[in-house]
Amino acid sequence: MTHTEGSTAALRRRLAELRGGPEVLPRPLDARALAALAANPGCRRRALLDGAGVDKAALAQALGAPAPFGQSQFAFARGNSFEAKVKADGGAELIRLLCASTGETPPEPGAVTVPDLSADGPAGRTARTRAALFPSAASQDPPAAPPVEGTDEGGTGGWSLLYHPMLALDVAGSTAYLEPDAIAVHPDGSWTVVEIKSFPILDGSADAAKVGAAARQAAVYALALEEAAPGGQAPVRERALLVCPRDFTNLPTAHGVDIRKQRATTRRQLARLTRLEEIAAEVPEGTVFDPSRPAGQLSSAVESVPAAYAPECLSSCELAFHCRERARAAGAVESLGRSIRGELGGFTTIGAVLEAAGLGPDSESGTRSDGPSQQSVDRAEDEDGERADPAGSALRRAARLRSEALGEAMC
Amino acid sequence: MSLMSALARMEAAAAGRARPRATVRHRHLAEHPLVLVPLTTAGEAGAPLGALAGTDRAAPELLVVPQPRDRDQRWAFLARLAGVLLPHLESALDDVEFEERKETDPETGKKVTVQAELCVDAPQLLVPNGPGVEFVRLLGRSMRFRRTAEDDPDAAYPAPPRVPLLGRWLTQYGERARVPGSCLLTSMTELLSRHWATGQSALEDQHLGALLAWIDPPEGLTGAEAALRAETGRDAGGQLLCPPAGPATDPAFDNKLLAPAVARFDAGVHGAEEEVRTLIESQLRPTWEAVWRGVDLLRGLPEGERVAERFKRDRWSYTGHRDRVRSGEPPQPRLDDAVTAAAKLAAREQAQARLEAQEALDDPLVMAERRLAGEAFEGEVVEVEMAWSEGKRPMPRPLVTLRTTDRPHLSEGGKVHRAMDEGARQSAEFVDGHGPGTLTLRLTNGMGRSKEPAPGTVPEKGDRLCWTLFEHSPRGGPGLPDVEDTPWTHGGPPSESPAAASVPAQTPGLPDPGGTVGSERPVEERTPAPLPLPDPVTSEDLL
Repeated sequence: MTHTEGSTAALRRRLAELRGGPEVLPRPLDARALAALAANPGCRRRALLDGAGVDKAALAQALGAPAPFGQSQFAFARGNSFEAKVKADGGAELIRLLCASTGETPPEPGAVTVPDLSADGPAGRTARTRAALFPSAASQDPPAAPPVEGTDEGGTGGWSLLYHPMLALDVAGSTAYLEPDAIAVHPDGSWTVVEIKSFPILDGSADAAKVGAAARQAAVYALALEEAAPGGQAPVRERALLVCPRDFTNLPTAHGVDIRKQRATTRRQLARLTRLEEIAAEVPEGTVFDPSRPAGQLSSAVESVPAAYAPECLSSCELAFHCRERARAAGAVESLGRSIRGELGGFTTIGAVLEAAGLGPDSESGTRSDGPSQQSVDRAEDEDGERADPAGSALRRAARLRSEALGEAMC
Repeated sequence: MSLMSALARMEAAAAGRARPRATVRHRHLAEHPLVLVPLTTAGEAGAPLGALAGTDRAAPELLVVPQPRDRDQRWAFLARLAGVLLPHLESALDDVEFEERKETDPETGKKVTVQAELCVDAPQLLVPNGPGVEFVRLLGRSMRFRRTAEDDPDAAYPAPPRVPLLGRWLTQYGERARVPGSCLLTSMTELLSRHWATGQSALEDQHLGALLAWIDPPEGLTGAEAALRAETGRDAGGQLLCPPAGPATDPAFDNKLLAPAVARFDAGVHGAEEEVRTLIESQLRPTWEAVWRGVDLLRGLPEGERVAERFKRDRWSYTGHRDRVRSGEPPQPRLDDAVTAAAKLAAREQAQARLEAQEALDDPLVMAERRLAGEAFEGEVVEVEMAWSEGKRPMPRPLVTLRTTDRPHLSEGGKVHRAMDEGARQSAEFVDGHGPGTLTLRLTNGMGRSKEPAPGTVPEKGDRLCWTLFEHSPRGGPGLPDVEDTPWTHGGPPSESPAAASVPAQTPGLPDPGGTVGSERPVEERTPAPLPLPDPVTSEDLL
């Protein structure tokens, strides 16, 4: 993840060009976007647009396929009020929940340090965070801190809680600034990532999809913490703390969530992310993703970067409706679901599959009948074609059995 | 996804409208189902915003909570919901028939036959989509532990009289909905996507509007166009033309229309309550109509032969719950004990296997899918050779040779089964395959008790038969121990102390779901006395 000064500057310049010029500010890449990116690592389009900080929502709007995302102000208000309630007492409640989950002894009231992390701009906040995490290295220039061993030896030995710290993570050649809800520093110097969510934990269990998303998000923060530590030896605990309302109340409850697996997965996928330089190099000169450009230009600009659309994108990527439209227009089989590819061998388009199944021309004209007209032909083909073309012969058998069954039911 | 359903989806995509996945209806559909379309408040657990409910398509009951964070209004809503749902849910309690049933006599330990009451019908509840089913469960959970003023005169916030009872019914229905093929509570998206393949993914099928658009597109539009319109079409004010089928609302609706109206209601503006009602109804109505359109479409399919048999199990479930309520048992526990949980899982697995087998037997299109997968085959009898078993009493074991184009995954001695007239079944074992397309079976049962097979039980040359490699009525696994004999590996027998019955109340931190579930188990299920504690309520709770 190291870059020479020159290549980094060149990439930054190139990404700014793609965004529409230096005056267009990049959209910050947050942990949610990163976690979603890791869910579809093969998508170059998403990698480039996110990496360059393009406002994908505006881009999708300009392309005429706006994303249906939005947050209800009710949910927003609820989330904020819950978070405020959890933090209300200077962190004592949070630390108490954390101790109950890990089995540690909670500190005396008022013994939790809550450092002030406010500063101008993300870089400044990152530096403040780093200073708070590494008190011993604070006197030096943090980014240039030498990789010393045992970074926690200068710790105060007490509890401290970092609200909304800022962490930097190098993702495929560009820096992403991340803001976890909180990081708790244990007396032994180790750190716990704290995620505060407003979905309820009901009778000890919560929505698996939401817990999974929270765990992936926490894993990204853990990775960023590792990167912040000199030498990459960060004392991040294996369990993140998930704080949620309990049952139907507004009272917080917490649960340790093991994020080792998510961390390993995310680390691998981030490392695998096709490098932005490579992707950017393949985009023709003069391509710009500035949403204020005319739709036609934008469409061809987006088209110049290949996408890996799957229906799962619809719930996470702003551009998904546009990609779906293109995938459907191309007849890509993935538009019907990722799992569908499994049995189709080399077929990639719906047209080719139907053609192979012997349903092609009829379905094109829209007058497909379920009559047994072509069955005898298929049957003859079946035996011979099997070895040469297993997927095709399976398709022909499927089509024959299906049309027989439908014909049978009609009379 | 199986190859056959993948192909059906592709046919649909190419044809621009949905294609059949079934030739009969595989789910019970009541003559008068109660349709419930709920809406919830974003960000809150179980804070209903409103609902349309009723059995009369033309006259649904509209229930609205103008300020969802107000506890009194929520109680009023739930009380009215109980007023609409309970008469339906309790409508079939007293119309019973008698069924013979084997029970173990507790004293002698012998199996005895008893006459058990079985309700003739079980009322059905239909919701628009999967999250709707989950919401019914959630409502049930939020209500069943509440105390009414009668239960507990000191309750700080007593629930209206019939609300806890509704909670128990909804919990029962929600729990039953997890059994594959059950029909007490089911979602329209599940029903429709079982019977039609659309040209979109299963994920997109969860949008009721889009699903219906594929199955029954409006004049002049293809399924894809109509579905896109249902998913993303917005009017000049930025509102969706087809509001989401709930329980979640569209954020644009919340922010632009609902929040200002609720604010006006809070400020006491005259007519604001009516305004909120109109807004909520505007979101509910299209879904209400969509569910009934789905009902119409499903009624167009004839009911599968074995649907009634499966529905009988739903009726047993309904009758069992009726009996538990009548005998004064406390509400269902928050967490199942280890034995109950294992029994539920085993029952669901068995129901899944039964459903798959019965659907295939009821429907040639489903059977075709199994034939393609090598799990069944159809063929014409080309030769029948009589043979008998060796032993003191020779029994008929005829050899039947079939010609088939199917490719069953059979090895020697493999069991196959076929359905005969009047629900009879016959099994055979695979003897040999003679070259491509011919195979020989030895019939092993279903031919009567005498040496000569009963007439009509042995197929004749020229008959077309369909054999399956799967059993037609799969049996469950070995029995589970009684709750009192729960092995230590599963937490041991539940302790009987009342302390264990309490909620894992004010203790912070959650029990690790891995190991401690057994010991956390509330025991009110068998100990008759202490009711489970209600959920803690504090004055500042939003809920």
